[in-house]
Amino acid sequence: MSAGEKDGSVDRINGIKSTLRVVPDFPKPGILFLDITTLLLDPKAFKDTIDLFVERYKQRDISVVAGIEARGFMFGPAIALAIGAKFVPLRKPKKLPGEVISEKYVLEYGTDCLEMHLGAVEPGERALVVDDLVATGGTLCAAMNLLERAGAVVVECACVIEVPELKGRERLRLHGKPLYVLIESRFEPTSC
Amino acid sequence: MSAGENGDSAGRINGIKSALRVIPNFPKPGIMFQDITTLLLDPKAFKDTIDLFVERYKHEIISVIAGIEARGFIFGPPIALAIGAKFVPLRKPKKLPGEVISEKYILEYGSDCLEMHVGAVESGDRALIVDDLIATGGTLCAAMNLLERAGAEVVECACVIEVPELKGRERLRSHGKPLYVLVESQFLKGTLMATESQEEEEKMLMGKSISRVEVKNRLRQSFASFIDLN
Repeated sequence: MSAGEKDGSVDRINGIKSTLRVVPDFPKPGILFLDITTLLLDPKAFKDTIDLFVERYKQRDISVVAGIEARGFMFGPAIALAIGAKFVPLRKPKKLPGEVISEKYVLEYGTDCLEMHLGAVEPGERALVVDDLVATGGTLCAAMNLLERAGAVVVECACVIEVPELKGRERLRLHGKPLYVLIESRFEPTSC
Repeated sequence: MSAGENGDSAGRINGIKSALRVIPNFPKPGIMFQDITTLLLDPKAFKDTIDLFVERYKHEIISVIAGIEARGFIFGPPIALAIGAKFVPLRKPKKLPGEVISEKYILEYGSDCLEMHVGAVESGDRALIVDDLIATGGTLCAAMNLLERAGAEVVECACVIEVPELKGRERLRSHGKPLYVLVESQFLKGTLMATESQEEEEKMLMGKSISRVEVKNRLRQSFASFIDLN
């Protein structure tokens, strides 16, 4: 599901979309990078972003918001604070002090790894996973695995932007989990 | 200035302090790492943390909150949202897409670098810098330099925790800027006792006559370089 289907959301979504920018050839030639930092420079658009997520989740008994390092940290805590949930940072290896659980995941070239503190999440907790953008869904799946290994139920994954061509939604569906985004971004085909 | 001087805040500060935890020997032996993640697991304490900062800054006409990667990204945005300011992430090299300005800063061994987007901040912006913890103040000074180079005025630096022994407050004062923290941590007291034998070892390894004070200072500096861990 995407936002914008109800009245009142549409204007806010359009405002949010208009603040995003695309940076070509970052981090590598041929990539069109979707940059949310310009959204953060617009207090109204940033507030609307958080409000849209909060309106969706505040009555869903969510006890944990897990945010993926680092841009998930910019959105997750504000949502957690507004709905009275815990915030749990999911981090790259060796950043979290103390005991952690790790989940390895496969990238196009090589692997990466996400970590969560032991004891941050308890069995039976209802969790939301937050990141700025979903591409292939690999990182979100690793995040869901961490939460489920700790006994939580992942209610949904929430992102500001989805890149549909990269099929993250389908990957999450295979994992049995829904995805909620505010904006879909469709790349124009590049000639490289 | 530290919070807690106002009787109304004292209860909230105590709640925040009790939510923090110390992890010994992270990232290296002898370091007592101040972990804020347990604070984030306590919705009331986390909300109180943000509220205390918001109460302090909401009437100060702050147009920019700059947060230092990565734990500054957890505290900065909620403050920015509450006071209607922009949020600007200050990041390690090569993370920000597009044009950036960079500020290099010295660690005990080597250097590090902080970046900010060109155009994020304008001349005349009044800025607050936010991070979870201040140790030596090196990262905060790099952050202040970035904002000032872009023409902003840094009003204050705000952190949840200060480690006073590492003299960050003094370093900021020599930059002419005030520091506001909620909680002071006494981390070095316990550590220095444990490292008395380390001091003896250091003296022997150095093989020359060197004062005890100098050994302590070197140990303190090497701890500090581990603490600037974002």
